[in-house]
Amino acid sequence: MTDASASSGLGPVRRIDWQAPELKRRRAQRHRTDIWLQSLGVGAVAIACTMLAILVGSLVYSGWPAFTQTFINLEFEVTAEQVPPDNPERGEFRDIVRDAVLDLIPDVPEDQHRQLTSILSNGAQYQLRDLIVANPGLIGETVALAVPVSDPFDQLAKGLIDRDTDEASRRLDDREIAWFARLQQMGVVETQLNTYLLTNADSRFPELAGLKGALWGSFYLILVCFVISFPLGIGAAIYLEEFAPKNRFTDIVEVNINNLAAVPSIVFGLLALAVFLNWFELPRSAPLVGGLTLSLMTLPTIIIASRAAIKAVPPSVREAALGVGASKHQTVKDFVLPLAMPGIMTGTIIGLAQALGETAPLLLIGMNAFITQAPDGVMDASTALPTQIFIWADSPERGFVSRTSAAICVLLCFLITMNALAVYLRNRFERSW
Amino acid sequence: MLGYTLLAILAASVAGYWMNRAAARKIAAGGERLHSVAPFHGAYALALTGLPALILVVLWLLFEGFVIEAVVMQSLPPEQVDGRSPGELSLLESEIQSIAQGRIFGEPPDWKLEAARYLNALRGNADLALFAVVVAALGLGLWVARRRVSAAFRARHSVERVMSALMIFCSLVAIATTLGIVLSLIYESIRFFERVPITEFLFGLNWEPQIPIREGQVAGSGAFGWIPVFVGTLVITTVALTVAVPVGILSAIYLFEFASRPVRGVIKPVLEILAGVPTVVYGFFAVLVVAPAIRSAGDALGIPVAPNTALAAGSVMGVMLIPFISSFTDDALAAVPGSLRDGSLALGATRGETILKVLFPAAIPGIVGGVLLAVSRAIGETMIVVMAAGLIATLTINPLDSVTTVTVQIVTMLIGDTAFDNPKTLSAFALGLMLFLVTLSLNVLALRIVRKYRELYD
Repeated sequence: MTDASASSGLGPVRRIDWQAPELKRRRAQRHRTDIWLQSLGVGAVAIACTMLAILVGSLVYSGWPAFTQTFINLEFEVTAEQVPPDNPERGEFRDIVRDAVLDLIPDVPEDQHRQLTSILSNGAQYQLRDLIVANPGLIGETVALAVPVSDPFDQLAKGLIDRDTDEASRRLDDREIAWFARLQQMGVVETQLNTYLLTNADSRFPELAGLKGALWGSFYLILVCFVISFPLGIGAAIYLEEFAPKNRFTDIVEVNINNLAAVPSIVFGLLALAVFLNWFELPRSAPLVGGLTLSLMTLPTIIIASRAAIKAVPPSVREAALGVGASKHQTVKDFVLPLAMPGIMTGTIIGLAQALGETAPLLLIGMNAFITQAPDGVMDASTALPTQIFIWADSPERGFVSRTSAAICVLLCFLITMNALAVYLRNRFERSW
Repeated sequence: MLGYTLLAILAASVAGYWMNRAAARKIAAGGERLHSVAPFHGAYALALTGLPALILVVLWLLFEGFVIEAVVMQSLPPEQVDGRSPGELSLLESEIQSIAQGRIFGEPPDWKLEAARYLNALRGNADLALFAVVVAALGLGLWVARRRVSAAFRARHSVERVMSALMIFCSLVAIATTLGIVLSLIYESIRFFERVPITEFLFGLNWEPQIPIREGQVAGSGAFGWIPVFVGTLVITTVALTVAVPVGILSAIYLFEFASRPVRGVIKPVLEILAGVPTVVYGFFAVLVVAPAIRSAGDALGIPVAPNTALAAGSVMGVMLIPFISSFTDDALAAVPGSLRDGSLALGATRGETILKVLFPAAIPGIVGGVLLAVSRAIGETMIVVMAAGLIATLTINPLDSVTTVTVQIVTMLIGDTAFDNPKTLSAFALGLMLFLVTLSLNVLALRIVRKYRELYD
């Protein structure tokens, strides 16, 4: 280079002194800009990761207490006068429960009995009733049973109520705290794993509320969604990828599917309300309607994923099959589809995971109702996991805050499992050609 | 009964498959050469038996309700029906329905009980009739299919035609969904505009959807101008984008150019987790953590902050959109040809200069497309705002104030109350129509920009 320019008569070459202070300064500045950009990037990533950490951390922290529940071991004297043996359901269990508590703390004036009994959950009497109805032989005996305490005392036992705050702004007055401290001293108070969270359906009382109904509802939703959207999605994907002629109609279908994937979920809720509920008069709050709605939403996801999986199967496979005399349909059924199946399954699971977390359309078809029984089928009124979270988040009782977080943890566990399954399928079965 | 019907269809279809396949195999064993292999003969029987029966069941279920109701209403004593308005008639109809299901309130007159009994009887008969018709159809299908088994019969062609038709039907479901959305939104919106003039809806500056439920109730006459609601949506969207766009783009640049492979392998899935969190979880997070934090920060600084500040909902929505923007930016940067990057580096530009002055400008159309899709997402996002934003429409652009959004209004109008004859509930569909139009045009625009930009370098 230098020789050429020197010989061309352009004069002596100006050699650049890279070590000159001016150039050093400019170089340093340019690199400073680089470092700035890089640290901004690190900062942005850090913000995103911190938000995720705060999100998960705060939910786990606030949901943790809901996984345990405080119980009191009580001895109930079930006499034949209070519980008629021929009809145990009509027994005066409320009185039996009250007497059991009074046995432990006898020195309470009459007008405070009600307050004292409120240490126990409202469900205690029904728990006792169910036990006696199932075992009528217990009538006339003393039954030992651990019954849940009501939500304020549960919070107290978990240390979530600050005993130093002013009595008026506390949820329990000093007397109640003293009673509970006495019970704790007697050693009848114990903390157990909160199985109610999974085995009970919704309830007005936080200490009894559980996710059973929501879990079954979500199960039926996803079942309906899968049964409808999986075959429809595969059928549409195969047609569009393998059979459809390239014409205006196919273009419209394609554009339409892409746009449908970006339509806000609430609009699907409006569609479901106008068509499924008002026109077809399907029942409100039914998982069938919810599942239909979610399947319409999931369909574009499954179609797009399935088309990508089918497209990834190399043409040589098709040509070989056609070459030995298979028909186009046989080629697809016996060779292309099996090879594309892992990709299709991955896309389907991801779509179903999205559907599992979807809330807004379910609100419009009434799946946020207060329902205290798990559904028996797709036509029964029911809630779903995300709508149950919404209901509990709206409830004013303190105990529901931790239960909401706990429900979210359960939902996130399901989503993580489904996504992990999808990743596993992708890594295990997907082939690169 | 429906269960048995479906079971019968399944059993008959499977039986048809076995029957025809066996028959075809027998012909083949006899030394004749079949046109189609035996399983296709089986599949032909399966299609001919199962499909018509299934279609029959679906059609029957769709129309059974209407027909039975019409018959029951016809059977009512004329002196009870004459002179009633259509609204009263439909009320009467649902009353009879609920009596028939055993939910009896008060003491209904005998003719209503009679009608309910008649309704139940008709329903029982209809179930039986459906079963009988389906069994007949199944038998006919089996018989026809069995008769057609012969060496020359082109079973494969028929089966493939049926399969193609089914697949076309599958593709049409997506179109039908779009049509269903558009038609139902337009239909209900027209009913709304019959009660509230369209100009008031589009240009009105007041959104007070309280309407008197009873005659003479003091509740205001209701105002349905969507401008404040839409402005509220835009405020929250703006807050969300001011969080998501810088963070998303910068993290994408970092991951694309500066991060080492293992770092990228960890960070990318973490960002994807943010995208996979359900929105109801974000909503609860906004209420539980972000809103109190903003409020106490406001208290500390002496700035009044509304309890349902748009900042809380908006910033959480921004966090939700970070992975969205970052993945679109990543795609756009990756789509820029490597030669541009190599050329820039070869000229002595630093990595930062290459990104900022070469790759980023070239990727801008793709990024803009992604941002537009994010805007459409933010406008249509529901759960975060339902839980964390306000209910009252105030015309303000101050993000510290409480604002409401289109989606919040739709949900509040339609939760619980579903009487479809008042402007309050119908207004939700008008809002839904506007929401659909706005997001659709944003999506179409964004997809067009992205596609055009891809063509540029392909």
